[in-house]
Amino acid sequence: MQAALEDFFRALRAADVRVSPAEAIDAHRTVEVVGFSDRELFRDALCATLAKSGEEVARFESVFDTFFDRRSEAVAPAPPPPSGSGDPLEGLPPEAQESDLARMLLDGDGAALAQAMEAAAERAEVSQIRLSTQRARLTRRLLEEMGLSEIERILAAARRLGGPGEAAADRLEAARKALAAQASAYVERQHELYASGSGKMLREEMLARKALNSEGGIDPVDLAMMQALVKRMAKRLADRYSRRRNVAWTGHLDVRRTLRKSMGYGGMPFDIVFKTKKVDKPSIVAICDVSKSVAAAAQFLLTFLYSLNEVVDRLDAFAFSGRMISVNKVLDDHPVETAILEVLKQIGFQQTDYGRALEDFADQHLDRIDRHTTVIILGDARSNYANPRLDILATIQQRSRAVIWLNPEPDSYWSQGDSVMNRYERFCHVAKTCNTLEQLERIIEDVLRTYIPH
Amino acid sequence: MTHSEDAAFDAALSPHLASVESLVSGLADVGYIASRRIATALYMAVKLQKPILVEGTAGVGKTELALSTASLLGLPLIRMQCYEGLDESKALYEWKYGKQLLYTQILKDRMGEALSDAPDMDAAMDRLHGMGDLFFSEPFLEPRPLMKALKERAGCVLLIDEIDKSDEAFEAFLLEVLSAYQVSIPEIGVLKAETPPIVFLTSNNVRDLGDALKRRCLHLHIPLPDAALEQKIVASRVPGIEAKLNNQLVGFVQSLRGLDLRKSPSISETVDWARALILLNAGALEGEVVRDTLNVLLKFEQDIAAVEPQIAELVRQSAG
Repeated sequence: MQAALEDFFRALRAADVRVSPAEAIDAHRTVEVVGFSDRELFRDALCATLAKSGEEVARFESVFDTFFDRRSEAVAPAPPPPSGSGDPLEGLPPEAQESDLARMLLDGDGAALAQAMEAAAERAEVSQIRLSTQRARLTRRLLEEMGLSEIERILAAARRLGGPGEAAADRLEAARKALAAQASAYVERQHELYASGSGKMLREEMLARKALNSEGGIDPVDLAMMQALVKRMAKRLADRYSRRRNVAWTGHLDVRRTLRKSMGYGGMPFDIVFKTKKVDKPSIVAICDVSKSVAAAAQFLLTFLYSLNEVVDRLDAFAFSGRMISVNKVLDDHPVETAILEVLKQIGFQQTDYGRALEDFADQHLDRIDRHTTVIILGDARSNYANPRLDILATIQQRSRAVIWLNPEPDSYWSQGDSVMNRYERFCHVAKTCNTLEQLERIIEDVLRTYIPH
Repeated sequence: MTHSEDAAFDAALSPHLASVESLVSGLADVGYIASRRIATALYMAVKLQKPILVEGTAGVGKTELALSTASLLGLPLIRMQCYEGLDESKALYEWKYGKQLLYTQILKDRMGEALSDAPDMDAAMDRLHGMGDLFFSEPFLEPRPLMKALKERAGCVLLIDEIDKSDEAFEAFLLEVLSAYQVSIPEIGVLKAETPPIVFLTSNNVRDLGDALKRRCLHLHIPLPDAALEQKIVASRVPGIEAKLNNQLVGFVQSLRGLDLRKSPSISETVDWARALILLNAGALEGEVVRDTLNVLLKFEQDIAAVEPQIAELVRQSAG
């Protein structure tokens, strides 16, 4: 049973239920207490030990049902022998007498066949399946391990001899077909258990590393997955960040310092000292380019802006292509999908003009920036040869705590064509290439971390 | 099995914990109708001596489960409500600073006397050391819920309510208490529970709990019950209720949960509503009575406004 449980844990891990070695030990102890006889008790007890959240419970149940579902393996019995009892192998060539598989098939011994299949599957290492393309090959190997070649030899010999063996050969042939179908179903189930989850994880990992402004942008097929990924990243940041903020919670008597101070007053606690920690609240101004040149990335920059809006209390978000507008209200009022469409509808995909946009910002929102503010600019700095208004960015840099520029283009492009990134760069504290979700997450996390008291 | 037997305590030998079935019926006797899944989790928690993390929306009976377990096993219940900013000094122990200062003042003269005949400063210091940690000993210790629970000789039920409202730091601090049932106090040493308490942690999912904490606990999610189970719960909590009314009102509440509401009524609201209907002597659900008592079930103005026009329809459904 040990091996079966280990396989079960592996299936759970493939389905994204975390099973650490410590949890595996707990599960074994659980099984010792409850035993195997009561299926429902066994399931509920394991579920309580292994699944740690509502979603994990659902995943646990589906894996449990697939894994411990033995009905699908009951191999269909061969058609009954035509007349009376007698040896079912009667009439077949002599090799048949020595083949266990042929006997099992013709006896219609479902339980023995299932056992044989399980044993063969172990030899063929079916449970190591990773990709859906391995299914056909593994089915074949599984059947070979069970002794399919013997059956084929017997069939060929019987057909050659003809006569009384024909009827038995027909039955054997039908049973072999049923067995092949069973084997393929078995491999399919193993694939579902061990590989379907890992395939998805692999795809997500690749998406996180995929360049946002790559040729053709994001495949529409991947769009939903991508959005879920962004949301999850934002949630992770929110969780981690809100925890850190709570660490700075204060208001307790500082006994040590109170006693130290009281020395001066002959031991009387005259000055009461409370523990205090100053929390620097993050104040972020995010400016996002949504023009044509960053069209592919714009959606995701906006998605992230939206997520950031939920994490940080004091975030002012602006978007521009030709002109600049504040998008705070849109982000607050709409759910994420419509908010992004709304922003793109209002000002998206026009001719970029960084100078013009910076002017707009300087005219209306410059007072928003003080020495506590971090300014994050998301854009490619391609300004269509218009005046980039470096002076305004210089002012912003002087007034703010930090200016961070995240450019979806690699830095070898920063001085080519109409890009003025190399000129803007002088006025940024940090200027980085950021064209995958992974990088974006890391950079935003760094920004948030700098606000945490050390 | 040997592991749990070694450290078995009286409560574990209680006949109610012989099997999951006896636990279900035992809980029913003290007025808690548990599904098999709930009873299994509780059974495992006692057998494996692990804390049990109970999740579910407000009012499904998370806290009630701990209360019922305590009364079933005849153990005292120690409850700790978590909130943001809760720390060790409120959860575990605190030195009685006032008492320490007062005693220092009172004993000042005595100490002066005791030290006066010391020939030099070093000798006086030695003598002071010899007096031991007078002011950091048990009498000056103010035990808080966690320490109280560990000190209960016969074991107890410890309820750590709404753990998700506490800080990350506090959660980390709980790890030692929950895995080894012991705490370290720097001035005194390690305090270990003679009989590990049965620990319930409840969470409303305000924030995600850390993996380390989750790993140490059994997980139990209490969903909203189906109609049959809810009828049983109402019948057990409101003994005077007629079967017909019970049937109707549970049907009504169940269909409310199908609607898009800000806060769906949970079990505690159903029970409150049943009590209210009994008080008003309602024999059956009628549009008028439902309209008057809807505020017992729904806690948001928008929800009440959304449901009101559909009352007649919903009542007819639940009656049919």
